[in-house]
Amino acid sequence: MTQRELILIIGMALVTFLVRYPILVLVTRIPLPATILNAMRYIPPAVLTAIIVPAILIPDGKTLDLHVQNSYLIASIVAALVAWRSKNLLLTIGLGMATLWLWRWLLMLSGAV
Amino acid sequence: MTEVITETIIENSDGRAVTRLSEFWAGFRATIPLIIGAIPFGMIFGALAMTQGISPAGASAMSAFVFAGSAQFIAAGLVASGASTAIIVLTTFIVNLRHSLYSASLAPHMKTLPHRWLLPLAFWLTDETYVVVINRYNAPDASPYKQWFFLGSALPMYLNWQLCTYIGIRAGQAIHNPGRWGLDFAMVVTFTGMLVPMLRNRAIVICVAIAGITSILFYGLPNKLGLILAALLAVTAGVAVEWWQRTDKTHDKGFSAHDPT
Repeated sequence: MTQRELILIIGMALVTFLVRYPILVLVTRIPLPATILNAMRYIPPAVLTAIIVPAILIPDGKTLDLHVQNSYLIASIVAALVAWRSKNLLLTIGLGMATLWLWRWLLMLSGAV
Repeated sequence: MTEVITETIIENSDGRAVTRLSEFWAGFRATIPLIIGAIPFGMIFGALAMTQGISPAGASAMSAFVFAGSAQFIAAGLVASGASTAIIVLTTFIVNLRHSLYSASLAPHMKTLPHRWLLPLAFWLTDETYVVVINRYNAPDASPYKQWFFLGSALPMYLNWQLCTYIGIRAGQAIHNPGRWGLDFAMVVTFTGMLVPMLRNRAIVICVAIAGITSILFYGLPNKLGLILAALLAVTAGVAVEWWQRTDKTHDKGFSAHDPT
């Protein structure tokens, strides 16, 4: 490990810990108003969506891709349907990944990619 | 006072006694699918780090001491692009800001815990563990050992991440371009599987729609700031819809409505 890597990792570890720990301690000591506590119920769906939607629709990190050639888009639609019908996480992961590979294989066969 | 608490037998919804160990195992069981979803993610990080000019020891240390998946990926990409250490640390901070939202949301449930609990649990907080644990904390039963559920979720998640990074590092020295296999998509399907069952009412659906649209609109903002902005707007939208629904009901029926959820 180089010295630069060491400094980088210490810096990253420090800031990551700083966004997790002090707020946890602070909020355990100071009571929050009911409005804020109620609003927090929306954090998990909001953050998860804001992580996955760009990953699905901007797969190359540059341009919006709404074509059927976007295998992430097709596979995540299938995954969402499986999750909705089954509520089974493992099944969702398995069928989602299987759809991705199948779709890419079909695209390759059809010569689209 | 404490003696009274320890002598009281607390039962879970199945009517079985809740112990520290039973909470730990329940946390582990609830996290198993998420651990499986994280396996390819961790392996790809290890493999990717090797192709981006990070040393094997550096990649292992990053997983052990930073322990934040998406920030580690972005850091690896930035190292390869020649970004300065200060920029990478700043980016890590911004990408991980969402953890402060998680901490704020968990904290009201963890008021009685001493620092020897808060410190490690804060360090082990991840997207996956947060979703599983907040669900446990929101469950109506009065188990005094919910922190053991947190530990049962977080610790296996951490150990798995270390192991997968190691396997990825070894594989990365053999396989080139690991992204080609689409394994980075494992995180997307895992998060999709976590998200969909949350869509229980109109306010949450609108919250998610706003998060999706704004995350695309703000995607171009530097340092993934768009993620935080989109999340904040979406939470605001969810609260606004809930507030509208409540005032509508009050007007229609002439009495104050119950919680719409």
